[in-house]
Amino acid sequence: MDWQSWLIGTVSRALAFGTPLLWGTLGEIYTERAGVVNLGVEGMMILGAFSAFAVAQTTGHPGLGVLIAAVVGGAAAVLHAFLTVTLRANQYVSGLALSLFGLGLAGLLGRGWEGIPLRQPLPNVTIPGLSRIPVLGPMLFQGQSVLTYAGLFLAVVLWVLLYRTRWGISVRSVGESPSTADALGVNVFLVRYLCVGFGGLLAGVAGGFLSVAYRPAWTEGMTAGMGWIVIALTIFAAWDPLQAVWGAFLFGGLYHLSFRLQEFVAPELLKLMPYAFAILVLALTGLGKARRRWGAPGALGLPYTRGER
Amino acid sequence: MRRVGPLLVERRITPPRSAVIGVSALAVVIALLVAAIIFWGYGVSPWQAYAAIARGTVGSRDGINEILRRSLPLILCGVGLTLAFRAQFWNIGAEGQLLAGAVAATGVALFAPLPGPWLLLAMFAAGFLAGGAWGIVPALLRAKLHVNEVISTLMMNYIMIYIVEWLIHGPWKGATMRGFAYSDFFPAAARLPWIPGSRVHWPTLVIGVAAAVAVALILARTRLGYEIRVVGQSTDAARYAGIDFLRVIAWAMFLSGGLAALAGVGEVAGVHFRLRSPTHISMGYGYTAIIVAWLARGSPLAAVFTALLFGLIFAAGDVIKVALRMPFQITGVFNGLILFFLIGSEMLMYWRVRLAPKGERWTGRAGSSER
Repeated sequence: MDWQSWLIGTVSRALAFGTPLLWGTLGEIYTERAGVVNLGVEGMMILGAFSAFAVAQTTGHPGLGVLIAAVVGGAAAVLHAFLTVTLRANQYVSGLALSLFGLGLAGLLGRGWEGIPLRQPLPNVTIPGLSRIPVLGPMLFQGQSVLTYAGLFLAVVLWVLLYRTRWGISVRSVGESPSTADALGVNVFLVRYLCVGFGGLLAGVAGGFLSVAYRPAWTEGMTAGMGWIVIALTIFAAWDPLQAVWGAFLFGGLYHLSFRLQEFVAPELLKLMPYAFAILVLALTGLGKARRRWGAPGALGLPYTRGER
Repeated sequence: MRRVGPLLVERRITPPRSAVIGVSALAVVIALLVAAIIFWGYGVSPWQAYAAIARGTVGSRDGINEILRRSLPLILCGVGLTLAFRAQFWNIGAEGQLLAGAVAATGVALFAPLPGPWLLLAMFAAGFLAGGAWGIVPALLRAKLHVNEVISTLMMNYIMIYIVEWLIHGPWKGATMRGFAYSDFFPAAARLPWIPGSRVHWPTLVIGVAAAVAVALILARTRLGYEIRVVGQSTDAARYAGIDFLRVIAWAMFLSGGLAALAGVGEVAGVHFRLRSPTHISMGYGYTAIIVAWLARGSPLAAVFTALLFGLIFAAGDVIKVALRMPFQITGVFNGLILFFLIGSEMLMYWRVRLAPKGERWTGRAGSSER
């Protein structure tokens, strides 16, 4: 195999594998920007993956499947918001509960659906014109999922929304200092509910992508820890939607390489690579930017009570 | 303080023990009631399901033995986690630390030519050291490089899972296993004895209870325990008092990881007698232990009892799988629901409801009583 086709294949697959990471990370960024950590990404993703597959298989509409996955992920996230924002429960524990619950429920419901190929997967697109550019064309514009491009578009939109609109200021202020935001008339609870719910919506889509586009079938535990990688990517991206793009595709590439290099290294050792790399990356960012805490929202992880300092 | 009809609802700063136990028990019961919906959705009468579970667990000697056997790893992991949680260090890595212990014990059992009881002793020692070392890494990363421990411990779980997979598919793959991914069986000297008539490997039980007592003593009576508690309450106060944050969390995580690893040693030496796929060795004990420690409110002695409760849930999972033909994953649903209701009901503990004395009126000192 010559290096050119190897490179084309790797980048093209990195985009595909990075897509669920991108959607999940964009969601978690908004969740955490509003000051709430949601460790339930893995659970929301797997619930999204299952519901997308079940709906797409029974109705024959993969698009509808992804939509339902978003709704399911959003609903699961609202549960997290209820526990952490309204009842002020510990965010870490609530998120873990959501992951345990989601993995369990999807495994329970998915029993009869295992191993069946999806009859109508989400179609891939090839962009006319652009796909004929040598090297870059097949790398970026051939046979990619719609959701890959939608994710990229979303990243830009979410960046603009976060940094260039009044709305974004509200979200960020709620995450930095909820009491100040409250005093200025921002509805802290509403913003938190919306952001957490929106995060769940995107995590649901991320899961749906896995089961109706990337690998059009349902297997138990098919998210395989991607939900946790998303949490790491959120920190790695410094809570910035645009930085999430290259982080997600970098890890997508790592996942792909862990399949690609199997002729040289034991596959099990390759599979641990993304997780080891996640720790390494966080350690390196810690090394460099330790002093300014590198953009973490000030009130991250803290429940807000009115009238309390 | 708020008046609801003839009742007065007020908040308190520390809930009494009776409220903690009462509300927690109520939360568990409600979670089990909600889980009934799942049986119902599956076409199984919830009444019959719970009756079958009761018969198969608390209702028979075998069932009780099974609960005990399932509780053993949960006791060790749970007790270890109370140490980390008291230091407010979010160790989500008990699963990986447990597996680290299983790996180290397997290495000793298969390759160390030690006589008789020394072999088991060496397995436990090696397991403890391996788990402790695996636990110290996230502590170092956190103290030196500000790496969030939730992520590092989680990632290290996956790393250890794949290391185990690699070992059983590659270098440690058993010669006698005909292509299956297991290590060779342990020699007889590397197997833990059972309580006669059961599969309860009692040495692990003894170690677990001893560990609970030891950790309780460490927390209550030693300098390290004091420092762990101070760090857990306020890192700023700890720094001001001259407590070395790195040293304290490194010790807490060494012990926490070491204890979780002992659970792994117990599983391979007492149940499987070989190294096999991580999902078979652990089936999520390390994650469930988080709930065990949380429900025990960080008390190592209470963790022994909450571990028994979740041992019951694991045993129930087996019954559900065999008697009701439903997947074992239902234990995950149970665990998730119990955790949801536990944390959701937390606030209730801080409320005191009493009859309002006649004529007493709220004087309107908002804020001061609202904490």
